[in-house]
Amino acid sequence: MKDLHDLSRYPLRLEGPDRPMVSFRNVTKRYGDLVVLDGLNLDVAEGEMVSIIGPSGSGKTTVLRMLMLERIQGGVIYVDGAPLSHMERGGKLVPANSRHLRAGREQIGMCFQHFNLFPHMTALGNCMEGPVQVLGLSKQAARERAEDLLEMVGMIDKRDEHPARLSGGQQQRVAIARALAMRPKVLLLDEVTSALDPEVIGEVTEVIRKLVQKYRLTIMMVTHQMGFAADISDRVCFFYDGRIEEEGAPADLFSNPQKERTQQFLSAVKSAD
Amino acid sequence: MFDWKWDFAFEILPRLLGATLNTLMAAGAGYAIALVLGLVLALAQRTPVRLLTAVVREGVEFIRSTPLVLQIFFVFYVGPQFGLRLSPWTAGMIAIGLHYAAYLSEVYRGGIEAVPKGQWEACTALSLSTRDTYTRIIIPQALPPALAGMGNYLVGIFKDTPMLSVIGVAELMHTANAIGSEHYRFLEPITMVGVIFLMISLPAAALVRLFETWVRRKLGMIR
Amino acid sequence: MSYLEFLRDYGPRLIDGTLMTAAQFVCASALAILIALVAGLMKLAPNALIRIPAVVYIEIFRGTSLLVQLYWIFFVLPLFGITLEKFTAGFVAVGMNLGAYGAELVRGGIQSVPRGQWEAAYALSMSPAKRMWRIILPQALVNMLPPWGNLLIELLKGTALVSLISVADLMFEAKQINGSTFLSAQAFGTALILYYLFARALVTPFMRWLERVMARRIGRA
Repeated sequence: MKDLHDLSRYPLRLEGPDRPMVSFRNVTKRYGDLVVLDGLNLDVAEGEMVSIIGPSGSGKTTVLRMLMLERIQGGVIYVDGAPLSHMERGGKLVPANSRHLRAGREQIGMCFQHFNLFPHMTALGNCMEGPVQVLGLSKQAARERAEDLLEMVGMIDKRDEHPARLSGGQQQRVAIARALAMRPKVLLLDEVTSALDPEVIGEVTEVIRKLVQKYRLTIMMVTHQMGFAADISDRVCFFYDGRIEEEGAPADLFSNPQKERTQQFLSAVKSAD
Repeated sequence: MFDWKWDFAFEILPRLLGATLNTLMAAGAGYAIALVLGLVLALAQRTPVRLLTAVVREGVEFIRSTPLVLQIFFVFYVGPQFGLRLSPWTAGMIAIGLHYAAYLSEVYRGGIEAVPKGQWEACTALSLSTRDTYTRIIIPQALPPALAGMGNYLVGIFKDTPMLSVIGVAELMHTANAIGSEHYRFLEPITMVGVIFLMISLPAAALVRLFETWVRRKLGMIR
Repeated sequence: MSYLEFLRDYGPRLIDGTLMTAAQFVCASALAILIALVAGLMKLAPNALIRIPAVVYIEIFRGTSLLVQLYWIFFVLPLFGITLEKFTAGFVAVGMNLGAYGAELVRGGIQSVPRGQWEAAYALSMSPAKRMWRIILPQALVNMLPPWGNLLIELLKGTALVSLISVADLMFEAKQINGSTFLSAQAFGTALILYYLFARALVTPFMRWLERVMARRIGRA
């Protein structure tokens, strides 16, 4: 009953032209007794590029996984004004069922550290799978969309190759095209360069840069690459111990961190480079 | 349930339980033969004699890919053709022992091959004899991964013993059939045989898993 | 009687038996694959009402002997009003028995598909059914083909038991020939060789071919 009572404090919808594209309100995520995120509040505006940094175990990847893959134990998540983690029943918010979650998550795309391309489909097949099976596009329309995106990420020549024949950087570019083929309002990038060899990181960051500068897509990116994050983000959030320890424009956060933990983390990362 | 007669079931229970002992004995004896003979077949495939290795390898393949029930008939009937009479028990034990020896030799081989090459090289570096290499270094390491397979085949041989009924070994299935034709009732005897098999093989499978974990822990391979 | 004469006189009957064995093999395989798929998927269901029947089925059929199951289906099932003709009873017993083992292979194959594949399919908002059918099962299939090769050999061997309910398969013919001629070595020996050829010259090469084809389709080769 306490949960239901709490839920009445949250609006059924977020209205207005200034409403955030993604909004975490007081979100708590636990695995058993372990609290991974505690009362997270974070708004991401439409077209904003937010980078999430922090030491491992700080909960930064969990932020993305809650949007796409997992349920939360407290608070509400909104996407484009509508509740995602909850749904409206008789004028009240109740926890979302799996159908509501899946429908809400159709607006979100996600790319993974280990690409997770479908090995039994070609690059083109990977990009057509969601549009045909989920959005119900015709094969022809899905193919055109997929080819445009593969062109954009520079993988059109490899459209008929299976993932096993592609390098890590190439696979990640196809994975980005696959996520974009669903025309998401929000793109989640979960350490997309962490599993790549150093020499191919550039080809993936170039694609992301293009998405940010040319298409103004709303992006949330978890990364270890401080230089890249500083370069393209509108805002950087430093996570520590399940909370946002410090956030701000990259110029401020990286050159003039206010909190001691941020300073420690950044100097540790710098000396590791 | 339908036509189930409890008094008939109780009447035949002692006979079936007696036959269960025979089944367990057949499984135990067959397994003992298979354990030893399987090791011989496995080691024979590791000798430097190419011809021996190839012949044994093909033989094992042959036994593994042909039906046990046919092998039982073969062993039982071919002897007399050449003047050698085998009792059903002897023929049955030879057939089932040989059949499972072929399977166990594969389990042993898999276990031995799972031991890293560096272990053999270390034995050579320490100038250990072949005998010491096997008994002190290789087999202790080959055993734990082999245990799962060995246990499964123990349960497997138990479940295959009903095939011995075809040459008249008086195990469970044979007894149930006999009861069935004496009384013209098959419902109770055959169902009871099924239940007896379940009541033995399910706990046995669980015990095998427990034993496997216990050995691994004993050897310090898991905590 | 020389062995050639034996083959001349009894070869055709052994060939007929082999064809019957092949028919049993094909029918039992189809049934086993179907049951394995259904029971294997059911065993992975989060809902206990779906999972438990599969677990019970698998444990019963793996916990008892094929021969007991065959006799039960042929002799006892009619008492419940279900009378199967001997050919049907034969392949149904073999298929149901090996299907229980196959269900474990299906379950293992599905569980061997990396979690990232489930997540990626979910991230595309695919429904559970599509996720399973289009993403997970094709990959699971490739993973479980090698053990299925062994299972089909076991299934072939299992079909020999249908001779005990008088289905005229290879085993049955060998037994009949032995009974009338007492040429046991020739009759049973030839049957053994025919089973061996069936397994090693048909089943195994077919499975190897299938493994190669599937590996190519999944882009691994």
